[in-house]
Amino acid sequence: MTKLNSKIPEGQIHEKWANYKAHQNLVNPSNKRKIDIIIVGTGLAGASAAASLAEMGFKVKNFCYQDSPRRAHSIAAQGGINAAKNYQNDGDSIYRLFYDTIKGGDYRAREANVYRLAEVSNDIIDQSVAQGVPFAREYGGLLDNRSFGGAQVSRTFYARGQTGQQLLLGAYSALSRQIGLGNIEMYPRVEMMDVVVVDGRARGIVTRNLVTGKIESHFAHAVVLATGGYVNVYYLSTNAMGSNSSAAWKAHKKGAYFANPAYVQIHPTAIPVHGEFQSKLTLMSESLRNDGRIWVPKKKEDAEAIRQGTKKPNDIPDEDRDFYLERRYPAFGNLVPRDVASRAAKERTDHGFGIENNPTKEGVYLDFKYAIDRLGKGVIEARYGNLFQMYEKIVDQDPYQTPMKIFPALHYAMGGLWVDYELQSTIPGLFVAGEANFSDHGANRLGASALMQGLADGYFVLPYTIQNYLADQIGVARMKPSERPEFKEAEEAVKAHINKLMSVKGTESVDSIHRRLGLVMWNKVGMGRTEAGLKEAITEIKALRKEFWANVRIPGSADAMNVELEKANRLADFLELGELMAIDALHRNESCGGHLREEYQTPEGEALRDDNNFMYVGAWEYKGENTQPDLHKEELKYEAIEVKSRNYKTA
Amino acid sequence: MSSKNINITVKVWRQQDAKSKGIFESYPLSNISTDSSFLEMMDVLNEKLVTENQEPIAFDHDCREGICGMCSLFINGHAHGPDSLVTTCQLHMRKFNDGQTITIEPWRSGGFPVIKDLMVDRSAFDKIMQAGGFVSVNTGGVPDANAIPIAQADAEEAMDAAACIGCGACVATCKNSSAMLFVSAKVSQLALLPQGKIEAARRAKNMVAKMDELGFGNCSNTGACEVECPKGISLAHIARLNREFLCAKVKE
Ligand code: SF4
Ligand code: FES
Repeated sequence: MTKLNSKIPEGQIHEKWANYKAHQNLVNPSNKRKIDIIIVGTGLAGASAAASLAEMGFKVKNFCYQDSPRRAHSIAAQGGINAAKNYQNDGDSIYRLFYDTIKGGDYRAREANVYRLAEVSNDIIDQSVAQGVPFAREYGGLLDNRSFGGAQVSRTFYARGQTGQQLLLGAYSALSRQIGLGNIEMYPRVEMMDVVVVDGRARGIVTRNLVTGKIESHFAHAVVLATGGYVNVYYLSTNAMGSNSSAAWKAHKKGAYFANPAYVQIHPTAIPVHGEFQSKLTLMSESLRNDGRIWVPKKKEDAEAIRQGTKKPNDIPDEDRDFYLERRYPAFGNLVPRDVASRAAKERTDHGFGIENNPTKEGVYLDFKYAIDRLGKGVIEARYGNLFQMYEKIVDQDPYQTPMKIFPALHYAMGGLWVDYELQSTIPGLFVAGEANFSDHGANRLGASALMQGLADGYFVLPYTIQNYLADQIGVARMKPSERPEFKEAEEAVKAHINKLMSVKGTESVDSIHRRLGLVMWNKVGMGRTEAGLKEAITEIKALRKEFWANVRIPGSADAMNVELEKANRLADFLELGELMAIDALHRNESCGGHLREEYQTPEGEALRDDNNFMYVGAWEYKGENTQPDLHKEELKYEAIEVKSRNYKTA
Repeated sequence: MSSKNINITVKVWRQQDAKSKGIFESYPLSNISTDSSFLEMMDVLNEKLVTENQEPIAFDHDCREGICGMCSLFINGHAHGPDSLVTTCQLHMRKFNDGQTITIEPWRSGGFPVIKDLMVDRSAFDKIMQAGGFVSVNTGGVPDANAIPIAQADAEEAMDAAACIGCGACVATCKNSSAMLFVSAKVSQLALLPQGKIEAARRAKNMVAKMDELGFGNCSNTGACEVECPKGISLAHIARLNREFLCAKVKE
């Protein structure tokens, strides 16, 4: 009984996007001025979409909760961005990038979208260079590349360890230019509270001004959510403190299906947890795996001695070190995809080989000694100097002298709002871009692909597909929210929600409840999932939600700046989304990518997919509070690729 | 990691909103792990305030890994605190001693009005960027990324400048509230690259004019900004900005 139409264009895989563009509807220049587009979020996807659409002549309103659009969390991406340029002449091509992305995603992504992503990847590099993004270069003046997990070619462009920052500042500069020209109205420190649907189409949003507390409505002919991912549902993650799922979740409750919520990515190389006040986890770029070797002691007594502080890592001779990735995956070694590397780390620490003296003994080594011996300290410093400095500031140890300590951490959400080929959700007129949608990474995302997808969606996909939608909307006159009952109703509902939060007047802080939600999610909806654990998680999340609504405390008032209220509003949504993630994980009786069900693995502990029964996108329809959501399936068809089981042992 | 716990007193600027007058309030805090970050210490304090049904202290922060530029804070007389080359969110409590009083103030500059407590309005920086901090290209129709080779040294120096996170510590530190280090970082980055060189003089002129208009002061070359900048942005960029600015004047 599926209602999902992915609208994949006709033709061979490499002709689809060209066919689409050749036949899509356009809006003529004089009509563009009469059309408003709202974009929520100013990360790579949001800023690039806002700038590109404004350049084309549309009137754009862009919103972000931060004090400036330049703060969006895309800025924190360290490693790089993939593109199929084949500048290194090492056999790369659009097809190979497409193939690697589908395979890396464990055959759970939509073929046509991924091919398009690979196709436009090259344009992104050209665009960024034209904006003045200072990518790393060779002595001859041409662009440098590095290799990244899950690939056997060097196709990753980078700007030191700050690639996300540089790409975001590039998009932000394009956005700033359009703001300066008056084509974009920018609303910083404004949070979206709901989507407004008029006659079945998204026609605007309700917002809260975070400085004044004022609730307001904004009309647009189309709305784009580029609001990022939801892994802060785990409380501890590598996301920014403010990253949240509320925009997506509110849209979900208004009719947008949520796809594959169980697919989240655990990044293998974050700094291990240090204590109970820990507020976030800091990532050490995946690019470090190019030159660092991952190991734990071979002997349990050595691991124990290290945790007790009686032995140092450098006291362990090479023959007593277990380079477990190289041992298990000789073809890819330390460069296996993220999910494989993360699980392998947990496998070792679960068996007592962890090296960090934290409550869970979770930590492994990433050692640069070998690379320094081979290449010299200068080369390593040039490649990773700023990352090493950051590590030293946090951990107070020098990674040139002693191996880094790392452990997996929640990092990215592959799941998100369901979108068709045009990036349109199941609410007509509501588009979703970047990490907020589900479309390109399947069950696992490869390194250096998030930046690529965010910018592909914003610069090169949405500007086309949104026009196709708007072409027959030019006759729709701008609506005045104050004159429309739909906007008034939505505003009233938002105010009622806020009042309800403020009037709980309990005794527990928002963060204390959030931390507890995070623990349930990490332990039961995290790296290793079981049927029993997921069922417990569902019960525990429901109970926690009840407790939240009975006992949360928000000091201050709703009519002024109130940070606790902002956090409570976001947590209320996480407490619902967390349950949906567990439901999705429970229904998917297989292991794939970042989703590992312990019941479904090979005797050697490798994930076991069930292509006969689960080769589909699971899109959930909201059915009301405390009601089981409906599942809609989008079957995945692989025509350009042969489906195989993922194998990183032999190439 | 040799972690221990310390007891401290935090003296914080509290200000209800932009119009109210602010005052310092002191809060004792015990058992703070020296391995926790400065903002985690603030979290502990806020958690305590919420438990006591008081309003927590408002401060800006987001990424907590030194890259978004959202955190600020003037700590014991230093923008981003006593450590060098870090933002407040990367500062750790091991830099403080048992029994110490830590004074925390917002950025103080006419260009950055206080919103609440330690939070200030830095939208002036966005306005300066909107006046010229870009290369005037639209999406699409640009040449191949390798069409114009760029000397590695130039790309590296551009990257040094591009590392600015727009935090405003330079302004907060400067006795004249000058935004020259921030502006020069962008002007210099783009002037060093062939893509940005074309409109370099015009860019410098427009950004400086906007900076003056928004009430930031002049640069008197004291170099305090360079010392407090968490990203090590060099004064050399101000020299390049001055050159581009002169170029623009000569052309007029
Ligand atoms: S120049 Fe330095 S201190 Fe000034 S805004 Fe940039 S990073 Fe901050
Ligand atoms: S919070 Fe992002 S730089 Fe400090």
